[in-house]
Amino acid sequence: MTDLVEAGGAAGSLQVVMLGIGSETFALDAGMVREIIDPIPTTRVAGAQPHLAHIVNVRGNVVPLADIRARFGMPVTAATPDTRFVVIELDLDGDAALVALVADRVFEVTAVALETRQQVPTIGTSWRPEYIRSIVKSGDDFVIIPDMQQILN
Amino acid sequence: MTTLDPRDVFLAEASELLERLETTLLDLGDRPDDTALIDTAFRALHTIKGSGAMFGFDRVAAFTHDFETAFDRVRRGQIAPSVDLINVALSAKDYIRTLIEEPDPDTAVIGEAILAELDRLVGGAPAQPAAAGPMPPAPAPTPNGWRIGLTFAPDILRNGSNPLALLDELAELGACTIVPRLGDLPDLEDLDPESLAIGWDVTLVGPVGREAIEDVFLFVRDAMTLTLEPLVLEPVAQAMVAQAAATQAPAAASKPAQAAVAVPVAPVSEATALTAAASTALVAPAPPDRNTPDRSLSERRPPPRAASTMRVEAERLDELMDRVGELVIAQARLSQLAGLQADAGIKTIAEEIERLSAQLRDTTMGIRMVPIGTLFSRFRRLVHDLSRDLGKPVTFVTDGEETELDKTVIERLADPLVHLIRNAIDHGVEAPECRVAAGKAETGRIALTAQHAGAQVLVSVRDDGAGLDVARIRAKAEERGLVQPGTPLTDQQVYQFLFAPGFSTAHEISALSGRGVGMDVVKKTIEALRGSIDITTEPGAGTAIVLRLPLTLAIIDGLLIRVGEARYVLPLAAVEECIELPGDRHIGHGRDFLSIRGDLVPFLRLRTLFEATGEPDPHQKVIVVSVGETRIGLVADQILGNHQTVIKSLSKLHADVATFSGATILGDGTAALIIDPAQVAAAGQPDGLRAYQEVA
Repeated sequence: MTDLVEAGGAAGSLQVVMLGIGSETFALDAGMVREIIDPIPTTRVAGAQPHLAHIVNVRGNVVPLADIRARFGMPVTAATPDTRFVVIELDLDGDAALVALVADRVFEVTAVALETRQQVPTIGTSWRPEYIRSIVKSGDDFVIIPDMQQILN
Repeated sequence: MTTLDPRDVFLAEASELLERLETTLLDLGDRPDDTALIDTAFRALHTIKGSGAMFGFDRVAAFTHDFETAFDRVRRGQIAPSVDLINVALSAKDYIRTLIEEPDPDTAVIGEAILAELDRLVGGAPAQPAAAGPMPPAPAPTPNGWRIGLTFAPDILRNGSNPLALLDELAELGACTIVPRLGDLPDLEDLDPESLAIGWDVTLVGPVGREAIEDVFLFVRDAMTLTLEPLVLEPVAQAMVAQAAATQAPAAASKPAQAAVAVPVAPVSEATALTAAASTALVAPAPPDRNTPDRSLSERRPPPRAASTMRVEAERLDELMDRVGELVIAQARLSQLAGLQADAGIKTIAEEIERLSAQLRDTTMGIRMVPIGTLFSRFRRLVHDLSRDLGKPVTFVTDGEETELDKTVIERLADPLVHLIRNAIDHGVEAPECRVAAGKAETGRIALTAQHAGAQVLVSVRDDGAGLDVARIRAKAEERGLVQPGTPLTDQQVYQFLFAPGFSTAHEISALSGRGVGMDVVKKTIEALRGSIDITTEPGAGTAIVLRLPLTLAIIDGLLIRVGEARYVLPLAAVEECIELPGDRHIGHGRDFLSIRGDLVPFLRLRTLFEATGEPDPHQKVIVVSVGETRIGLVADQILGNHQTVIKSLSKLHADVATFSGATILGDGTAALIIDPAQVAAAGQPDGLRAYQEVA
């Protein structure tokens, strides 16, 4: 949690990229987002876990394509004109790694106030609490800041 | 372009010199009579001293100077290089490295202790100058003067050398008469002030050794011609030569020869006499006053280099490799596009580029290939030290040093090999008394070998110790709960427990091994290099651990195949042949094997294995690949052809996917997976198949 505060600076706010995945809205720390690209051809990896079943070529790097819909038990629907791949950089066991994330929609980059951060309620969410870093308020809505390391590993 | 910090150059050079010094000292331990080795060691020391002083490493220079002074007695043949002396010299070498890398003034006491020990070993020797007449009988006779001719390369001034300073230095050795040679001096209008046109003839009077003079010019020897002529020979030296000539007589042993010469040389060591004999034996006996100096001159001159080399930072090589990788991918796209065009011109160019990029790839990869011998030489010291510390005499044998591997592989191989060699000495080789009791030679043997095998390199560490105790490993594994008691396991499966973290069967923890840390690291490192580990052991006869490593991590030749709608790459080196799958094998299970020229070859349907989509091709192809000793067939829909494969490793998130060793980028920009035949064979091996294989 400390890194969130640091990333937000003294103002106590965090720059986030708002994504729509399935029926949910997620906020990703903008610092970890490398680029947002249109869908590109994917290659299926036989034997991989369902949420990491494909790889893509992002500027010469072979990058796993993560579909967190599969991880959250949401139906995996076909790509729409709004679908984007969000390339994020993660720290995996001390090494920086690129991962592309399937997003049904990318809304905007915005700042969320960290003081609105809520404890993850144990009821009312269908996800495992360790996948969620925190829930913050954006406008009138609550959005989830997912813990990508936990979700992907 | 970056400018190199001269200190970095010194550091790189010193590290190389120290390595050479270590190898030489270890060689000297094996062959104490080899004066060429002593000279090599001395030369390395001298260069470290000289360049250390030049770049401000004063403590290095000072310590090396003292080390050199002590070692000089060995060089003069006054002291034989004993085992103790070699050990102290090795620690002195380590200390120099410490001084260079971490110049911490607190360590000075260590240096003093080493020097004291060194002095003790060389100082108590009999051949004090006072004891042996007017001059100690050294192998190189010292004349009382030299006629020295100096001709420098014209550009020597531009390289920053100052011949006048060298002349001054020469004058410090003894009284000098210096006469310039002005014959080549051009007229004033043609005179280039930065170019040297003057040579010198120097007459140096005094008992100065040839080496002392040569040392003055040590750093400019490549850019000058130095001629040395002794003035007159001293009587002692003449007697010395006579003695040497007597020793040369085939039947005469060194001791009688010594006795036969009435020179006050009683304390001279046997090594000295032998050295002198060896040196005279190399050249004709006449004229006697030239023999020994000539030889030492030819010895001291660095051997002519067969090819000039240059030092390149490893990162630049890596960058080059990355660029070549990108070029290869771009070329693949070009070829694919050109294939769709009717224009013959474009096709020709695309083919030309393909050929060039393949050559460029091979050349670049060749640059990255390093002989594994550079790594092997490091372990001699390790074995030497361990053998001493554990009191287990061990012979260390290496073979296949010339085997080349990608430098990254070699770098990452160092730690695993250290573990394996430690284990071999500590756990493998028995104590001398046990060996004798078992009827074996007292001295153990560790062999480190490397050899090519197809697209792999096999690096093995073999000991002739007691072998692995399967029962004990198993008992320990059961105790640790790694396996249920009574589970049937093959020996190979039992050996795999050795790689479990924290696994150790050692009864006592020694300083070196037995903590169970290490083998798991070895396994991890080797797997990260896409290699594998085989263990073979024979009770009482020893253990061999064989590391199978890929030749390179960067680019391979691949065979592009299509399975369903997806394309995959097979490493071409593993592919033996491609055949069409006979029609009757297209469907059905239980008969998934082929007879290829009388051999039974089981096959795997990649469509099933990879859950392929799309209609199967009516004419399925079998690609026969070799996996270790066996051959298996892989059934694909189509063989698309050769593909230069730039290997991109899979993300850590895909660490659980074993069947693919990596991915590559195809001409159309999509990613394709690289099949690891060995893993596919292991993954796709149902019990029935295994039975067939055993039958085969």
